[in-house]
Amino acid sequence: MSAPVLPDLSGHFGRYGGRFVPEALVRALDELDAAYRAAKADPEFQAEFRDLLVNYAGTPSLLYRAERLSKKVGAEILLKREDLNHTGAHKVRNVLGQALLAKRMGKPRVIAETGAGQHGVASATAAALLDLECVVYMGEMDTERQALNVARMRMLGATVVPVTNGSRTLKDALNEALRDWVASVDTTHYLLGTAAGPHPFPELVRDFVGGIGIEARAQCLDQIGRLPDAVAACVGGGSNAIGIFHAFVPDESVQLYGFEAGGEGVATGRHAASITGGSSGVLHGARTYVLQDEDGQTVESHSISAGLDYPGVGPEHAWLHDTGRAEYEPVTDDEAMAAFHLLCRTEGIIPAIESAHALAGAARIAPQLREELGRTPTILVNLSGRGDKDVHTAGAYFGILDPVEELVPGENA
Amino acid sequence: MSIAEVFHKAKAEDRAVLVGCMPAGFPTVDDSIASMIAMHEAGCDVIEVELPYSDPVMDGPVIQKASDIALSRGVRTRDTLRIIDAVASAGATVVLMTYWNPIEKYGVNAFARDLAAAGATGMITPDLIPDEAAEWIAAADEHRLDRTFLVSPSSTDERLAMTVAHCRGFVYATALMGVTGARTSVSSQAPELVDRVRHTNPDMPVGVGLGVGRGAQAAEVAGFADGVIVGSALIRCVLEAPDRSTGLSRLRTLSAELAEGVRNPAK
Repeated sequence: MSAPVLPDLSGHFGRYGGRFVPEALVRALDELDAAYRAAKADPEFQAEFRDLLVNYAGTPSLLYRAERLSKKVGAEILLKREDLNHTGAHKVRNVLGQALLAKRMGKPRVIAETGAGQHGVASATAAALLDLECVVYMGEMDTERQALNVARMRMLGATVVPVTNGSRTLKDALNEALRDWVASVDTTHYLLGTAAGPHPFPELVRDFVGGIGIEARAQCLDQIGRLPDAVAACVGGGSNAIGIFHAFVPDESVQLYGFEAGGEGVATGRHAASITGGSSGVLHGARTYVLQDEDGQTVESHSISAGLDYPGVGPEHAWLHDTGRAEYEPVTDDEAMAAFHLLCRTEGIIPAIESAHALAGAARIAPQLREELGRTPTILVNLSGRGDKDVHTAGAYFGILDPVEELVPGENA
Repeated sequence: MSIAEVFHKAKAEDRAVLVGCMPAGFPTVDDSIASMIAMHEAGCDVIEVELPYSDPVMDGPVIQKASDIALSRGVRTRDTLRIIDAVASAGATVVLMTYWNPIEKYGVNAFARDLAAAGATGMITPDLIPDEAAEWIAAADEHRLDRTFLVSPSSTDERLAMTVAHCRGFVYATALMGVTGARTSVSSQAPELVDRVRHTNPDMPVGVGLGVGRGAQAAEVAGFADGVIVGSALIRCVLEAPDRSTGLSRLRTLSAELAEGVRNPAK
């Protein structure tokens, strides 16, 4: 069976994706699309990208067989250790790719939006490496909560602009980055942080992070001699998930599971589960699933994980959901934190709280997969980031912070 | 009066059309109706009602703030339709400016039907390009509404021609690369953009927006465009006024100044 190549030329995944942007940005998006296609076909660009991924970012990341965790969960768990990459998450792949592209397009300036800082730090890192000016938009609420990350970005030479509009969080930072871009497209590349937004971003980001799945698929075949039964990833905007899913989409025996941030529970309304708790709409340049009220106004999202705390999702996930190729389920804050704790104690790995959603989901689906298959299932989990940044949040959650000690908040995505 | 008639009439008078923008429900539903009627009475030929939206990426701080105020007071899409009805009933020519998601959520055809019933002549869609607009184009035809898409200094000739071909009523030329908000001077890119539009279709009226806030600027833009679109400067009259009646009086004064400007196009 041959699947259609998506997105189509106009950037659609079925009815999702596309370009819902001011006309002023269309030329820049067309130029980006053309530059990307040329770069994709250019062995020199590909070699340069690969060289940075290998010698700077430290990929391919390990595929680690988590034996103690596997026993607890009742499934063979393989962890794709994106947490070991430089800057501590899968996101370095995307920023290196896009920063190289910006250079190729002759744009000396990059702008980025960031929630609590992970993508901002990654962007600042790539900009420092490739000698680009970098401006990061960050909601004022987040600059206050993540002062250390602001310092980190500044240390790397970036300018951090606190955004005071609207809810003063990630979605407003994204709006502000788009406003900057409308006024600065000639000199500026918008280094979008996830596989969302207007075409060609969902495709381009997917391709830059697609190495996760390509590597993991080969590592699986190499280490266990077959493909996993399921792949699990957390889904906020969805870049780490699409990065690990994409190579497995044609493998019909491999089930794909995306775990959204269920926050305090989808029923409470305080969550960030755009697919399982939202509806189809248009946000930030694409048609996809969004959290919205009955008038189409964006509803604020909630999650203990800053990196998943976004009221939209990449359009390819919307399509994978509607076609049934991937399944999406919400994981609550409490479930994620239990999985966070479990991984710390069984494997000596502190995961990002984002990635803990994928671990919790894997633990949830293990019994049903075992029943379905009549044997121990093998689940590949994308450990998309490390948890150093979350120590403050987790410490507060588990009540293990010494009240006298002055602990500083860590970075977040 | 239809948009075509408004532009026709202005042309006969050798002047430009003045389009004044105000968010629906800012600061309250009734206040916004009063503001729009005041603008109409003081010389705005067309009232552009902006549907408040949570994520207005084309708008600068003034319109964002006004929209936030309207939304925080609970304004609904149906209130916007009610406001349009009231302002159109008072004799004004009304167009709606709206980001796309609220329309998609309402249902494109149903919204077009209700918008036409409320008395609006058409819709300006800042984040909907013709490439994605098949449903709206069909609905506008069915309900006889005008379609205003935006063109920008960065638009290629090919896109400019395509976009203008999909417009009916008038085309919105964004005078500069940037978001809404009054500027001290009119962009030098604006006259060139208007020329490029005229080159693709000499009969399509061109409204120029972004950056106009004073009578002299209105006169300058009226010198090369068919319409002058003013938003932030008018909204600021209300936003910064100590009370309601001061706001209305400043709104009348500025509308009159702008109306005077479009009647004295710079040569």
